[in-house]
Amino acid sequence: MDDARLDRLMGRLSSNAIDLGELFFQHHRVESWSLEDGIVKDGSFSVDRGVGVRAVSGEKTGFAYAEDIQLSGLENATEAARSIARQGQERQVRAWQPVVAEPRYVPEDPIASLSDTEKVTLLRAVDEEARHLDPRVKEVNVRLTASHETILVMATDGALAGDVRPLVRLDVSVIVEQAGRRERGSAGGGGRHDLSVVADRMFAFELAREAVRMALINLEADPAPAGPMTVVLGSGWPGVLLHEAVGHGLEGDFNRKGSSAFSNRVGEQVASRLCTVVDDGSLADRRGSLTVDDEGTPTGETVLIENGILKGYMQDKLNARLMNTQSSGNGRRQGYAHPTLPRMTNTFMRAGDHDPAEIIASVRRGIFAANFGGGQVDITSGRFVFSATEAYLIEDGKVTRPIRGATLIGNGPEVMNRISMVGNDLQLDHGVGVCGKEGQSVPVGVGQPTLKIDEVTVGGTQTS
Amino acid sequence: MGTANGDMDKDITDIRGSEAELQNLVEDILSEARRQGASGAEVSASADAGLSVAVRRGELETVEFNQDRGFGITLYFGQRKGSASTSDSSLPAIRETVQAAANIARHTQEDPCNGLADAKLMPETLPDLDLYHPWLLDPAAAEVMALACEGAGFAHDGRVVNSEGAQVSSQQSCRVYGNSHGFIGSYSATRHGVSCVLIAEDENGMQRDYWYTTARDPAGLEDAEHVGTEAARRTVDRLSPQKVKTGRFPVVFAPNMATGLMGHLLGAISGGAQYRKSSFLLDSRGSSVAADHLTLAEQPHLRNSIGAAAFDGDGVATCAKAFVERGTVINYVLSSYSGRRLDMPTTGNAGGVFNLTVSGRTLPRDELLRTMGRGLYVTELMGQGVNGVTGDYSRGASGFWIENGAIAYPVDEITIAGNLKEIYRDVQYLGDDLDTRGNIRAPSILVGSMTLAGT
Repeated sequence: MDDARLDRLMGRLSSNAIDLGELFFQHHRVESWSLEDGIVKDGSFSVDRGVGVRAVSGEKTGFAYAEDIQLSGLENATEAARSIARQGQERQVRAWQPVVAEPRYVPEDPIASLSDTEKVTLLRAVDEEARHLDPRVKEVNVRLTASHETILVMATDGALAGDVRPLVRLDVSVIVEQAGRRERGSAGGGGRHDLSVVADRMFAFELAREAVRMALINLEADPAPAGPMTVVLGSGWPGVLLHEAVGHGLEGDFNRKGSSAFSNRVGEQVASRLCTVVDDGSLADRRGSLTVDDEGTPTGETVLIENGILKGYMQDKLNARLMNTQSSGNGRRQGYAHPTLPRMTNTFMRAGDHDPAEIIASVRRGIFAANFGGGQVDITSGRFVFSATEAYLIEDGKVTRPIRGATLIGNGPEVMNRISMVGNDLQLDHGVGVCGKEGQSVPVGVGQPTLKIDEVTVGGTQTS
Repeated sequence: MGTANGDMDKDITDIRGSEAELQNLVEDILSEARRQGASGAEVSASADAGLSVAVRRGELETVEFNQDRGFGITLYFGQRKGSASTSDSSLPAIRETVQAAANIARHTQEDPCNGLADAKLMPETLPDLDLYHPWLLDPAAAEVMALACEGAGFAHDGRVVNSEGAQVSSQQSCRVYGNSHGFIGSYSATRHGVSCVLIAEDENGMQRDYWYTTARDPAGLEDAEHVGTEAARRTVDRLSPQKVKTGRFPVVFAPNMATGLMGHLLGAISGGAQYRKSSFLLDSRGSSVAADHLTLAEQPHLRNSIGAAAFDGDGVATCAKAFVERGTVINYVLSSYSGRRLDMPTTGNAGGVFNLTVSGRTLPRDELLRTMGRGLYVTELMGQGVNGVTGDYSRGASGFWIENGAIAYPVDEITIAGNLKEIYRDVQYLGDDLDTRGNIRAPSILVGSMTLAGT
């Protein structure tokens, strides 16, 4: 595509009735391999290419897209998007200001970083390792995924930015069986780098061990209690708490519209003083990281809650403009066929002072939730849930018996105010998070130190 | 891609024009697969086009045009398999995609169960399922309708103070499937909808709820104003919720929640869960797994319905059948691959069930609540607390407390828990309020006892 044609298109999106006109070009290749029954039986490859066109006028957005970036599709999409602004004179596009951002990962193609034979060999080695660990392992599934995404954003505010984003993950899931009882365990990891990191046998076999360990623990698990209890959450992935309890509620769109339980509360205490929560898209090689977001804004650290006080929201360009602030580099979209929304990147709580052992020892009777599946939040009422996949009873300050997975439910601001101890062991997750919002999925990271919540409702079956 | 000033109308009322073109493309891809030496191949192609218009607080918010194409290819080289997909229909892209699938198939291992479904299972003629009902909807008309919907919601009750918007959408799709047996099937379908999400507030905080209508034929949609009013009623009813005491109580699942509950049962008797031994109803064919009045049966040829299809994802002709009859599993949900894994014939359910209806011992809904007497009526469930291997079930719930057979007050921030194996046996009655908006059609379901965790 030549410059003259692009200039003409941008000209159509530059009118005094349009606050922001934008073209988002994307080329996305994904390859995955999967192993089941001890054999690598399936693999798939997909390639997607297209351009999304957006015209924003006040609170209005016109959006269209085309798979064909060469033909008239792009011009038609541009006309469709600009139809949102019903009148207005064309004006000059601002001079391009190429976005300068420090790269947060190596812009490479991870799919090509390992030969097909090496990928297949890796899956088989993980399968053998998992089966070798324990005779009760009956089924093993291993999946290796590598994705290579290239984007280019051009907008009428002058933004011009490109990014090449590698993303890989390795997942292991096992079924164990003992005396007719079956349980599943799973583990995964990855990030924005080439495949050598997950192909490293130390890393890959650790995932196999973790999956088997979790499944075997669940074989021994007793029914979980029901009702309000003290809960200690482990470090790392249990940070999904923050993603659900506060993260979504602090996205700019909900707050601009006044539909979040956190709306109009900047400066107020919304969590206990021990809590400092940040979103940071600039961490090296992390699954949730981006060198620039999908509007070309460099990412960075956004302090959401500092010592319990609400500091700010995560913003994209549209919501930032309507709230008289700047984008925080949180404008994200699943792909060219989806509109941009304010989204999280890597969201975590900063470390506190307590030794994790001290936190457990402080609980007379409660639950230690070491690992979780997913969660969900209703940002308007603030209620959220997340489901434990590995949990134990705490009795007299000691972790005792494993209990079966239970859902925890609470209200974001209430639960955050009941955090009474924060560990010194901040960890980020291993790189498996997927966040869904308005039908769009994006990769994210979470993290936290070990922390204690004085009371939250545990959804088990045992009503003592 | 169309524009807002007239071209779009032509585009979105014309998806059937894509059918012949996609069929040709599928034929081209199949011959390219043969040229590259595949012993078998199957191709799915789709084209979608649509318009969706959203308003919020009385103002136009978004106008979105979508137009998508996609192709998925699976190649077999003997018992080896590789898949690839693309959204690019140019000849070089097709070659590259076939090449990518072939490359993968070179590295995968032989699986004796791989391969196309038997040729004799493909339909010879396709029934007319009456799925194509285009709607001449331009953005301006959609905006008017969405404004009427949201406006009716705000007018219904003063406690409705905010909105996440009302949306009107019209979608058309065309699907083509072909394989190297020489079968090629295609159909076009439409789907339209109106939805509204409102926020109400009182001294105890904000609550949000929604309502929607969807249909193949725009004539089958509820009035836009009704959708807004219903969204408002549901939202206001949730204000000032209470928690309930922890304990064991009967639970009624509202129809749109019962569909999910029954979906877990279908997942457990699906071929994939059975051959992977990851089902809490393992080896259950022929066994009683649910209350002896409960039947789950599909009607793939039900005309003008959301879940209708003449052939499944393997190209196999669909047919009406029961999966659970009076509590007993009589069929698993099988594709040709999972069927071979289990040494059973496919049930024509590659991709899932088609228009599955839940039926059983039925009472009028109000009588269902009276029969329950005291317990929880669940209208919303949250989270992923369902373990498909063990049947352990623990989810966040909202709804209404029922006292003396009538709604007493809204309930929030509690969980309901149990094991699905026991829950299905404990289904006592169904309501007469079947929800037909989705592919699983269920009425209210009364379960005798579950653990509620609250205060």
